[in-house]
This record gives sequence, structure tokens and C-alpha cells, in this order.
Amino acid sequence: MDSALIPKGLKRCSIGKFYLGIALVGAVVLWGVYAMLLVWIKGLNQTNMNDSYGFALWIWADLGIIALGGGAFFTGFLRYIIGKDELKNIINYAVVIGFVCYASAQLILGIDVGQPLRGWFIFWHANVHSMLTEVAFCLTCYFGVLVIEYIPLLLENRQIDKVPFFHNLGHNMHEIMAIFAATGAFLSFFHQGSLGGVAGVLYGRPFAVREGLFIWPWTFFLFTWSAAAFGPCFTLFVTRLTEKITGKKLVKQNVIDLLAKIAGWMMGTYIIAKIIDTWYWATVTAPSKGFTFMDFYSDNSFYGIWILIAEIVVGGIIPALILLSPKGRSNSTALFTAVSLACIGVLINRWVMVLQVMAHPVMTFENWFLYVPSWQEVATTILPVAGGIIVIALSYRYLPIFPQEKELNP
Amino acid sequence: MKEEGKHNKKAKKYGMVINLDNCTGCGACMVACMAENNVPFKEDESDKLDSITWMRVYKLANGESYPDADICYLPRPCMHCEGYHGHSPCVSVCPAVATDYNHDTGIVSQIYTRCFGCRYCMGACPYHARYFNWWDPVWPEGMTKYLSPNVSARMRGIVEKCSFCFHRHQLAMDKAFLEGRTELEENEYQTSCTQACPAGAITFGDLNNPHHKVNQMVKPDNKHGGRPGDPNAFRLLERLGTNPKVYYISSKEWVRRAGDNYLANEDRTVQQH
Repeated sequence: MDSALIPKGLKRCSIGKFYLGIALVGAVVLWGVYAMLLVWIKGLNQTNMNDSYGFALWIWADLGIIALGGGAFFTGFLRYIIGKDELKNIINYAVVIGFVCYASAQLILGIDVGQPLRGWFIFWHANVHSMLTEVAFCLTCYFGVLVIEYIPLLLENRQIDKVPFFHNLGHNMHEIMAIFAATGAFLSFFHQGSLGGVAGVLYGRPFAVREGLFIWPWTFFLFTWSAAAFGPCFTLFVTRLTEKITGKKLVKQNVIDLLAKIAGWMMGTYIIAKIIDTWYWATVTAPSKGFTFMDFYSDNSFYGIWILIAEIVVGGIIPALILLSPKGRSNSTALFTAVSLACIGVLINRWVMVLQVMAHPVMTFENWFLYVPSWQEVATTILPVAGGIIVIALSYRYLPIFPQEKELNP
Repeated sequence: MKEEGKHNKKAKKYGMVINLDNCTGCGACMVACMAENNVPFKEDESDKLDSITWMRVYKLANGESYPDADICYLPRPCMHCEGYHGHSPCVSVCPAVATDYNHDTGIVSQIYTRCFGCRYCMGACPYHARYFNWWDPVWPEGMTKYLSPNVSARMRGIVEKCSFCFHRHQLAMDKAFLEGRTELEENEYQTSCTQACPAGAITFGDLNNPHHKVNQMVKPDNKHGGRPGDPNAFRLLERLGTNPKVYYISSKEWVRRAGDNYLANEDRTVQQH
């Protein structure tokens, strides 16, 4: 029924099967929308946040999906600025995934603030000293760039492309895409970094605070670096997942191999920097404020040293070693395991930089604060994930996202 | 951040000295603060993690067994941190300049109509002195008539905190202006908690003014970030560099040590001075 919309020469599942899947995911979206409306109408009392846990699940989700969406800017940087031409075969998908991630982040931020109607104050009354101001400006601008990068993909739909104006518009936008890729890389450097700075500048919070360079704490650079390392892993993860669901090979192995290898190098160097940062913080920064390293990992029922090992070893060193090895990259199971562990690793990093910062007591007469999110928080966090699945599914079905698909599936 | 007061020799630095030896933990300061500042409350106030207490009295224990067991009550208002040149932990992070460090008074303000509820300031404050309005305020029938007209009531979704009863400063300045003065007497501007304390444990005034009691009690060393000159005086979490303007006095070493974090082998007096 919708065959006229499907790219020529490509096979898709039946419309019934497709929309049944969409309906199932759509039900999850509706659940999330219900929770979102509850939060907007009744307020943040619908959450389990409290005065000791001002930042919680939503801020973690924001930081997490923006790190995972980093594949868009870094793949674009490699393709258009560095000139890694093979990556043209995966850049479209990286852009779609990035678009979904950033749209999700904007939505969650819109739910997270106590007075959403005053959200524009962050631009109008901007405090130049605040990392959050930098986040807001760069994030919004970069989302604009992602929209501009997504539009030519939309215009490639078989029916839209028939209209000469849209055909020419799409063609011309493709021609100048390098400018937007460069702009995106520049903006991403700052917003990924400023998200790291959000925690690093908290000099009242010894678990988060870091020294740095000029106004930027080391977490600024670590967040940018990790987004460039782990973002492409998420692109590879979703690509592999899509291949498994559709039962088709969509991207050639040499393209996967190249992106995985670059991600491996970025991750390996990042992990070395992260270990140095942790070592310095544990032996110099924290003791100067009266804390031992283990003060941050003891006397509570959840945050033990396991979380640091899970982040650095399981979610960093192991996937980096797999991705740096040609054997690991060529073995599809090993590769999938590596990118999955990498995604978990960066999500743990973002988790501790938000939630463990809040949980750790600073005053000597207080105890650890532990928090479990309410169902409304969980539902509104799953909402953009489900929405993203729908956008990705529709994009895959109706747009020529993978240039090599026809060749790989004759 | 307002810069006018930076080079103003007449700039005030309002602060508080709380003598913990005198505090009985009666909570009168908390009650006075809530009444004075129209602080909203819930029907069930048992969950302190989401109730608003600009002034909160903590109970500290030395962890020893009888007969060495000892306790101390510690009232905790907003510390009105100066940080480094007014870059308080909370002021520097607020993305919309909804909280501000006033260099003329040293008071950290909160602009309720500007705050959009991102709560970054709450995360930045190590003292948990900032509170979020998780609900719209609900006043018992007839109570709205008893609210203070000098302090605006806050709405759901924004952050609030102790203001050192700044409206009292404004009223005192208005009165002084009408009388042709630009300076206030020490007793013309006092916070409600100071006046309510039956034990006289709280003293308030200008830390920069050598004639004010607060200055005489703790002898702040402004050349070294305001650290106290009195050996029995200390500030909470001094080592973080927040440069707070609330000082505590205690004759007990375990209480002074509880004011900050120290490694097991560290001598408090060496770290503080």
C-alpha cells in the first residue's frame, strides 16, 4: 500500500507488520506522554526528586543521550573535515540517530524544569558564568544544525524528490553540508564539553570538582573526548541492531571496521586520560578538601568501588582493546559486545557525574542520599526512546538511509 | 553580579555568628524564619527532604558512649557564600541570573520571578540551604491575612532560600533615607532568627565593621578569605573555598572538627590557620 513511498529497488516488510510494531512502540509513547502531562500539570512533585536530589534521572538521561548522539558530529567531522570518504555510507544513519538523541534531550529538559514556560529565560537573562548557559546555547544551535542535516535526507524520499524544487534544494544542501558539519563539530565541542563542565565547576561538591584549563575543568575536555569515542559506538550499535531486526546487511564491513577502529583509538586515549584524571582527583584534589578516595565509595548500600571498575574497565578498557584489535573488529559478536559495553560505560560515567555527586554527603553530620525514580520519571525517560525508535523506523522505511543497501541486498 | 561594591570602602558584609554553646535546639529560629518569610509548609512535614526550612537546626552527636556522649545543635541558614570575588557556588552556576551576589551587602539574593526551576544551584550548594517549591503553597483558611506583605510568596517550580531577611534591610534603608542618613545602626537591621533566639545564640551584623559584635566575636581576616581569628570560631566546610559569612563558635573541639572534613591524621587547627 505504501510501496510508492519506499525507495526504489529496496525491500521492506509488509505494511501491516510495520505498523503493528509502530503501534506497540506508540503505546509506550502514549504512556510517556501521560506521565509528561502529569508532570506539566501537577508539577515536579510527581517525581521522587527532593531537595538533596535536585538533579536526578532526567539530567542523567540528557547527558547520556547527548554523549551517545555524539556519533553524528564526530562521524560528520571525520567524513567532511578529515575526508574519510568511506563514512558517507553510514553518515546518514549517524545524523538520524543524532537528531533523535538531541530532540530527546530537548524534550526531557522541557519536562525537567520547574517552570517550563520560563525556559526562554536561559537565553534572555543568560549568565555568561554558567556552564548551563553554554549548554543551552550550543545545544539549541547544534539541534538546528542537525535539523538542517536531516532535511536533505527527508527530501530524498521518492515522492518528495519528484518535485523539482525539493530535488534541487536537497542537492544544493548536500553540496554545502561540509559547512554544517564543521559548524556542528565546533558547537558539539562546546556543548559536550560544557555538559562536563556542569559537574566539574561544582567546587562545593568534592566528588565532582576538577581543576582545569582557564575556565574549563578537566571534565569539559573528558566529556567531549568521550562523546567522540563512545558516540560512534552507539551509531555502530544501532546499525547492527537494525541489521539484526531487518535481517539484512546494510553497511559494508570496511566502513564498520574504519569507524570502529577510530572509536577504539579515541576510547583508548580517553581511558588513559580518564585514569590520570581520576588518579589526580583521588590523590590531590579530594584529600585537599579532607576526603579520602574511599570516602566516595563506602558507607552506603549502592555506590561501591564496583561502579568505578564497571565504568573504566568493563565499559572502557575492554571495549577499547576489542575495537583496537583487527580480529575483534572483524568478529561480529565481539564487535557488538564491544560497542554495547562502550555504551554502558559512557552511561555509567554520566550517571556518576550526576547522581553520585548528589548522593555523596559533604557535611560531616549528613548521610548518603539515595534515590529511586518515580514511575513518572521512568516513563518520561522512556518516552523519547520510544519516539526515537519510531522516527528511526520511519526514516529507514521511507528514506534511502543506507547507500550500500541495494548493492548488499540484490 | 553587581560589581559596584567591589571598590566601595563603605561596602557591608552582613554575616552571622552562632554560638553553639548557647544553642538549646529549641527551633524558635526556624519558626520565626518561616513566619517572617512566608515559608510554605505541607500538611505532613515528616519528610524533611522535600519540606522548606530556610533555617534548619541539625543535631550533631560525637558518637561516643556514656559517659562521654555529647550532642550539639547547629542552626544552618544560607551561608551567603562569597566564594572568590562573589563567585558563590550557587550564583556562578545559575543560568538565568536568578540568584545574585550583592557586593554592597554581601547578601546572596534569590529572584523568584526570574528562576525557572532548573535546580542547578541546589546541586551546587554543599549546605543544602536551597529549597525547591515542589508544590504550590497552600495556606490554612484565614492564614493569608497573616502573611507578611513585605515578602512575596513563592509559586510552584522555583527555588528559594534564606535571604538574611533582606526586606528588613530595605525597610531600614528606607527609614534611614527619610531621616537623611545613608548608614544603618547595628540594631536597625537584624534578622528574625536573631531576634527570636531566646538564648541569644545568634548575632547578626556587618563583618566589615569593627564596631559590630559579629566582627569582634570572630575577628574575620579579610586578607585570608575571611577566616576567623578567634580559635573557637569556625565556618562550615571552610576547606571547599566557599567563603561563607556564617560563623560558628564552640568551646568543644569535636564540634569544631565536625564543621569540616579532615583526613584521619590531619590537625584541624593547622588546616584552618
